[in-house]
Amino acid sequence: MVTNRVTPARNLGRPLTHGDGSHGARVIFDGIEKMYQQVRAVDGVDLDIAPGEFVTLLGPSGSGKTTSLMMLAGFEIPTGGEIYVDDQPIAAVPPYRRNIGMVFQSYALFPHMTVGENIAFPLKLRKFSKADAKRQTAEVLELVKLPGYEQRYPRQLSGGQQQRIAVARALVFNPRVLLMDEPLGALDKQLRESLQLEIKQLHDQLGVTIIYVTHDQQEALVMSDRIAVMNNGRIEQIGSPTELYDQPQTRFVASFLGESNFLDGRLSGSDAQGSVVTIEGVGAVRVPGQSGSSNSSSSSQGNQVTIAVRPEKIVFSDDAPMVDGQMNRLDGMVVQVIFVGEMRRYDVHLANGSSLIVKRHNRSGMRQYERGESVHVAWHLADTRLV
Amino acid sequence: MATVARTGTTDEQRRRFARLERGVQLRYLLLLTPAAIFLVVFYGYPVAAMLARSFNDPTWGLENFRRLTVVRSHEDWFLFSMPMNAYIRVFMLTLRIALIVTLITLLLGYPVAYTLASVGASRANLLMIFVLVPFWTSILVRSYAWMVLLGREGTINRLLIRSGLRDEPLQLLNTRFAVYVGMVHILLPFMILPLYSVMRGIDRNYLRAAESLGGRPFDVFRHIFFPLSLPGISAGSLVVFILSLGFYITPALIGGPRDVMISMMIFQQVNMPNWGLAAALALILLVIAIVIYLLFNKILGVERIFGGSRT
Repeated sequence: MVTNRVTPARNLGRPLTHGDGSHGARVIFDGIEKMYQQVRAVDGVDLDIAPGEFVTLLGPSGSGKTTSLMMLAGFEIPTGGEIYVDDQPIAAVPPYRRNIGMVFQSYALFPHMTVGENIAFPLKLRKFSKADAKRQTAEVLELVKLPGYEQRYPRQLSGGQQQRIAVARALVFNPRVLLMDEPLGALDKQLRESLQLEIKQLHDQLGVTIIYVTHDQQEALVMSDRIAVMNNGRIEQIGSPTELYDQPQTRFVASFLGESNFLDGRLSGSDAQGSVVTIEGVGAVRVPGQSGSSNSSSSSQGNQVTIAVRPEKIVFSDDAPMVDGQMNRLDGMVVQVIFVGEMRRYDVHLANGSSLIVKRHNRSGMRQYERGESVHVAWHLADTRLV
Repeated sequence: MATVARTGTTDEQRRRFARLERGVQLRYLLLLTPAAIFLVVFYGYPVAAMLARSFNDPTWGLENFRRLTVVRSHEDWFLFSMPMNAYIRVFMLTLRIALIVTLITLLLGYPVAYTLASVGASRANLLMIFVLVPFWTSILVRSYAWMVLLGREGTINRLLIRSGLRDEPLQLLNTRFAVYVGMVHILLPFMILPLYSVMRGIDRNYLRAAESLGGRPFDVFRHIFFPLSLPGISAGSLVVFILSLGFYITPALIGGPRDVMISMMIFQQVNMPNWGLAAALALILLVIAIVIYLLFNKILGVERIFGGSRT
C-alpha cells in the first residue's frame, strides 16, 4: 500500500472537500457476516459508503454495529462476505496495512508516551524523518486546537483533551477512512455536544470518509450524512437523518430514533389517498398513502397494523385551528404532566386505555393543561406512519 | 411547618464531627493491631536479637565483620582487582547464581505469561493450573524429585543409556547445572504470576490502536506491549532474585560440593556453633537484599515507566 504523504495541513489549503471524494475513500460492505460459535453477531450487512461521507452505525448494544466496525478496522475477521475500500477487497488484509484511522471510546492513548510521541508514532512507523514528524505533529495539534501539548502525558489531560489527541493521532498519517467507536461515550453532555460539532467541522475540512458508531440517537442525528440503524446484526433502515426520523419503516427505527407513540388498530379501508385504520374503542385514523414502506401483507383489509406518531407532532385542539380532512383527531384525558425545561410532556390516555405522549414547547400565554382534564388531541395526516 | 433555627456551625458540632472522623481512623488501626503484635513478638524481636549478635557475640565490637574482610588473595573481576576470601567468594557465587536464575526464569516465564494473558479467560485459567500445581508442592519434595531424575542411576541417565545415546551415565546430580534446573523450576511461578497480572492489565485497545496506526506485530510488541509489561518484569525479577539469594534446600541437596550459597554457609556457622559470624553473614545478606530492592525500584519503578508526574 502506498503511503500517502499529503499532510492534513495541506488539505486545509483546499476549498471544502466534503463529499466530492477527492480525499475520502469509498467503503463497501458486501454481505458481511460474523458468527461467534452459534451466535450471528452480524447477519448479512450491505452498505455502500460514498467517498467523504459521514455514516453512523446506530443501534443498541449487541446490534452488531461495533463488530461491523471492527471488521472494517481488521480486528475481527468476517465469516462471510467481503469489504472493499476503494474497490480493493480488504477483509483478509491485516490492520497495519489498511491505512485506516481509528478512534476508541477509551481513547487508547499510550500511557508511557507523551502526546507528541503518541501522535508521531504512526509517522515513526512510516519512517518519516524526525523533523517531518515534528512538524506534522505540531500541525495536527493545531488542527485539534491543542497546540504546544507535545510534552504532556495523556494522564495529565482531561477526557475531552485526550479525545482530541486520539483524533489527532488517527488523522496525522492522513488516512482516507476514519473509524470512530463511541468516541464521546465517556464525556459529559456539554462537552459531548461541543465535540460533536468539532468533529463534524473537521470532517468538512478534511473530506475524509468517517464511519461512526454510537448508541446515542441524538449524536447520530446531529453528525451524520446518513444513519444506518442496526438491530440483531442487520441494518433495519439506512437514510439521511430527516428520512429516518420522518419516514421510519419499522417500529424499531421509529422507537430507537427519537420517541414515537404506537397505536394498534385494524385496517378498515383504503383508497388512492391512503388507508383508514380503526382503533377499537377510540375511533378511526387516516394514514396517507406512503411509498415503499407498508409491506403487502399489512395493506390488505382487516389486518392488524400499528401506526406511529411522534409526540411533538401532536397538538391539543386549542393550539391549532382544525381543518377537517387534514387532521386526525382523538379524545383523551391528561393523566400526567412533566416539566422538562423547554417543554412539557403530557401523558394522555385514550378511551381504550392506550397512552399517547404529547410534547408541547412552553411559550407564555399558552393554555396549560392539568391532570385529569379532558382534551382533544390532533395531528396532521402527513405525520401518521404505518410501521 | 416546623422551622429549624439556623445557627451556623457551632464549635461543639465541629468537635463532634472531628471525633467521628477520628473514630473511623481508630477502627482501621485496631484491625491492624493483632498482626502487628504477632510480627513484633515472633518476628521482629528474634530477628533483631539475632542480628545484634553480630556485634556482641562473643565480644562487643566489629570483630565478626573483621573476620569477613581478611584478604587471602586477589582475583581479577573485569578490570578490577578484587580482594578475595572464602566469604566474599560465597557471596559473589550467591549473587551470580541468583542473577542467572533470574534471567533464565524471565526468559522462560515471559512467553508463558504472554500466552496466558493473550488467550481467553477460561483457557488461561486452565493453563494457570499447570503453573500453580508445582507452586503448591513442597520445595523439599520437588528437590528430592530432581535427585530421582538427575542421579547416576536416575531416570534421565537410564533413558540415555537404554536408548544408546550414552554408554556411561552423565554426572547431572550435584552440579551447578542441577542447581540452576532445580531453582528455576521452583522459582518460575514467582516470575510468571507478577508478569501475568501486569500483562492482563494491559488494555487490548492499546495494541489495537498501535496496529491500526500501522504497527506490525513486532512493532506493537516492542513499542507498546513490552514497555507496558516492564512493571511485571521488575516485580517478578525482584521476587525471584531475592528468593534466590536465600535459597538453601535445593543447592544443598542437588548442588555440587563447590556450589555453596550464603545460606548454607550461615547454617555451617550456626552448627559450629559460631553465632556471631552467622549473624554477621545474615546481616550482610539482609542489607544486600534491601539495597537491591531499592535499586530495582529506582531503575524499573512504576513511576518511571508511566512518566508523567502524578498530581
